[in-house]
Amino acid sequence: MPDRGPAKASRAKASPAKAGPAGASEPVPRARLDVRKTYKLFIGGVFPRSESGRSYPVRTPGGDLLAYAAQASRKDARDAVVAARRAVSGWSGATAYNRGQVLYRVAEMLEGRAGQFAAEVAAAEGLTAMAARARVAAAIDRWVWYAGWPDKLAQVAGAVNPVAGPYVNFSLPEPVGVVAVLAPAASSLLGLVSVLAPVIATGNAAVVAASQDRPLPAATLAEVLATSDVPAGVVNLLTGYQAELAPVLAGHQDVDAIDLAGAAPASAADLERLAAGNLKRVLRAQRDSAGPDAAGAAGTEPDWAASPGTSRMLAFTEIKTVWHPAGI
Amino acid sequence: MAGTPQLADPAWAYAPAPESAGIVSIAPEYGLFIDGQFRPAAAGGQLATINPATEEPLARVAEAAQADVDAAVTAATVAFERVWRPMPGAERAKYLYRIARIVQERAREFAVLESLDNGKPIRESRDVDVPLAAAHFFYYAGWADKLEHAGLGPQPRPLGVAGQIIPWNFPLLMAAWKLAPALAAGNTCVLKPAETTPLTALLLAEVCQQAGLPPGVVNVLTGAGATGAALVAHPGVRKIAFTGSTDVGRQIAAAVAGTSTRLTLELGGKAANIVFDDAPMDQAVEGIVNGIFFNQGHVCCAGSRLLVQESVLDEVTDRLRTRLAALRVGDPLDKNTDIGAINSREQLTKICELSDAGEAEGAQRWSPACQLPQRGFWFAPTIFTGVSQSHRIAREEIFGPVLSVLTFRTPDEAVAKANNTPYGLSAGVWTDKGSRVLWLAQRLRAGVVWANTFNKFDPASPFGGYRESGYGREGGRHGLAAYLDA
Repeated sequence: MPDRGPAKASRAKASPAKAGPAGASEPVPRARLDVRKTYKLFIGGVFPRSESGRSYPVRTPGGDLLAYAAQASRKDARDAVVAARRAVSGWSGATAYNRGQVLYRVAEMLEGRAGQFAAEVAAAEGLTAMAARARVAAAIDRWVWYAGWPDKLAQVAGAVNPVAGPYVNFSLPEPVGVVAVLAPAASSLLGLVSVLAPVIATGNAAVVAASQDRPLPAATLAEVLATSDVPAGVVNLLTGYQAELAPVLAGHQDVDAIDLAGAAPASAADLERLAAGNLKRVLRAQRDSAGPDAAGAAGTEPDWAASPGTSRMLAFTEIKTVWHPAGI
Repeated sequence: MAGTPQLADPAWAYAPAPESAGIVSIAPEYGLFIDGQFRPAAAGGQLATINPATEEPLARVAEAAQADVDAAVTAATVAFERVWRPMPGAERAKYLYRIARIVQERAREFAVLESLDNGKPIRESRDVDVPLAAAHFFYYAGWADKLEHAGLGPQPRPLGVAGQIIPWNFPLLMAAWKLAPALAAGNTCVLKPAETTPLTALLLAEVCQQAGLPPGVVNVLTGAGATGAALVAHPGVRKIAFTGSTDVGRQIAAAVAGTSTRLTLELGGKAANIVFDDAPMDQAVEGIVNGIFFNQGHVCCAGSRLLVQESVLDEVTDRLRTRLAALRVGDPLDKNTDIGAINSREQLTKICELSDAGEAEGAQRWSPACQLPQRGFWFAPTIFTGVSQSHRIAREEIFGPVLSVLTFRTPDEAVAKANNTPYGLSAGVWTDKGSRVLWLAQRLRAGVVWANTFNKFDPASPFGGYRESGYGREGGRHGLAAYLDA
C-alpha cells in the first residue's frame, strides 16, 4: 500500500481548510497546522536519533502510515547497555522508599498523558477509543501496583534463616543488574509496562527493545520517564527491528538477564543459546492462546490484564545470604 | 638428662589415629539403580572407581548409556504420575524422615565410604558431609506437607522428573541437596553422580530401598559426561539441576534453550576473603585456612582470593605460614588429617598447571615442608603472595589447596577487587566493625557472604551464585522454588 501521509494519532482534529474563491487581498482562513512529533530513542536519559541515521515506517494494523520511528542499530543497543550499567549502582543503591516514590511519580505523569496514550494505543493496536482508554487505565494501575513493591519485596522474598549454630543468617533479594527486555509485540503499552515496571521496581536498569510494529507508545513512555525523576540510564528504550537488536542484547557480556516476553517464537531458542554465553538469567516467553491479543501481531501473548504476581520481579533478583556469628 | 623426653625423641613421634576401612563393605561391582532395583547397564558398560589416596581400585560401577537413561526416566515418570504426585505431602514427608534417620544410623559407613572414594579427611566426611546430608533430608521432609505456606503461590505444583547431575567434591551432600527438596516438592528424580565418586550415591540408593521408598521415585545412574548429556537432552525430564563447572553449565544452558525444561545451575567461584586491619586476627587466620584448605580446596565457594588490608599483610601472611606448617596432609582415614588426597589425577594436573602459571607470571609461591605419600594424588597447601588481579591464579578457579594473596588499602578498593571476577558465589569479610560488615555485605556481588566466618552451610540457608556462578538457590525456603511451579 502506498504511503498516504501520516494518519492522525493525536486527539487534535484539524478541520480541513476550506478552499474556495478568495479575493486577492483576503487571506484564506486555515486551520492551524499541527506539529508532528519525531519519535526517537531514549538512551542514558537523552533522546538521540539512531546513530545509524535510519528510521522505519510505523503503520496501523490497517496499513496506514502513523509515523517514522528511529531504527536503532547494534551500536545503539551497545550504547544503551553502557548507559544502563552506569545507572545500576545509583538506582540499586537508592532507598526502596525513594524508588517507590519515583515510580509513583511515573504513574502520575502517565495519568496526565492518558489521553495521548489512548490515542496512540488505539492507532497502534487498532482498538476503539473506549478499549484503548481501558488498556491505558490498566497500564497506569499496573504501574501504581509496582510502585508499591520496592519497599516490600525484601520482606516477602527475604528470610531470616534458623540455622543450627550460633549465627545470625538472613537472605534478601537484590537486583541482578542490567536487564534486557524484549517488550511484547502486540500489547504496546499495557504489555510494555507489565514487563518494564517489575524490572526497575526491583532496582535493575533496563534496556528495552520496544514492539517492532507498535513502538510509538513506548517512545512516548520514554518522555514520561524522562520527566519523572527516574535517573538517566535506568530505562533505555530502543525502537527498531528485533532481528537486529535482540541478538546483540542476548549475547552481550555486560547484560545480566533477559526477558524474552516479546521474542519472535522462531528466534527464542537462538536467543537463549546466546544468553548462555555469560549465563544470563532468562525469563522465557509465556504464551497463552486465551489472551485477548491472540490474534495480535505476536500470535499469542499472555493476558496482560491478569494479576501479575511477583514472578517477574523475582526473575530479576538474586537472593543473597549473609552469615554472622553471634557471640561475645 | 636420662628419662627426659626430647622433641626428637621417638616417644613424641606422630601417632596416627586411623578409622577402620572395614566399617563399610564395598562390593566388587555395582549396578544402576532404576525403578527400585539395582541392574547392570543395558549395554554392559562399566567404569572403575579408585581410592585417590592409594590409586587402588575400589569397585566397578555400571556406566549408563542412552537405553538406561530412557529406562530411568520412564520409571521416574511412572512413579511421578502414579505414586509420588498423588501421594499426600504428609506421607512423602515420612519417607524423607525415614531416609534422614537411616543416613544418621549408617553415618559411619557413609563417612568412611566418602573418604575412601573421594579422598577427603574422615574428620570432614564424619563431621560435615554426612551430618549435613541427613539434616537436609530432615529439613525438607518437614516442607513436604507445607508447600502452600512456602510463599511461592497458593497451589504450588511439582514439575515432574528432575534430572540431577552432581560433582565429586561433596558426593553424598550434593545428592542430598538435590534429592531432598525435589522429593519434598513431589518430583521424582534421576540422579547422576560424578564419574569418580559414585559409591555414596549408590549407598544412598540402598537407603531409599531400606526406607521403602516406592520404586522409580529415586533412580541413580552412574556414568561419565555422556550419561549426563543424555539425561539433559531427554525429553521426559522437566527440570535439570546441575552442580559443577561453569563451562559445563554453559553447555547445559545452551542445550535446554528453546525447551520448557527448567534449569538451575550451581557453578564455579573465585571468592574473595577480605581481611581488614581491625579483624579478630586469630579467628581470621582460622577462617582463611578453613576457607581455602577445607576439602583440599575442592569447594566451589572456597575463599581462594585473600584480600588483605596492606597494613596487616605481613602479620597475616606470617601467621598463615605458621598455621600451614601445622596442617597434617595425608591418609584421609586418619582422624588427625587436615588435608586429604586430591580427587583425581586429572584434577591434580590442573592444580599443578595453574600453580606453575602463578610462578611463571611472577607471584611468589610458598608451601610448608611436608612429606607427601608416594602413591595417590597429593598437593601440599600452597600460598601465593605478590599476586596481581591479572594473574591466572587470581582469575581462574583452581579447585585445589592454593591461596592467592592480594592487597587493598580502602574499603572501596576491597569491594572493587572482590567483585572483579565473572563469578559471584561467595565472599568473606573479616572486621570488628559492624557497620563495615553490613556495608560490604550490601556491595559484594555474591550469593553468600560470610562475615567473620567462612564455609558455613545449613539446610535452612539458601546457597547459590550471582553471575557466572550460576542461578537458582539450594537450601531453605528459596530452595523449594527450583522444584515447584507456582
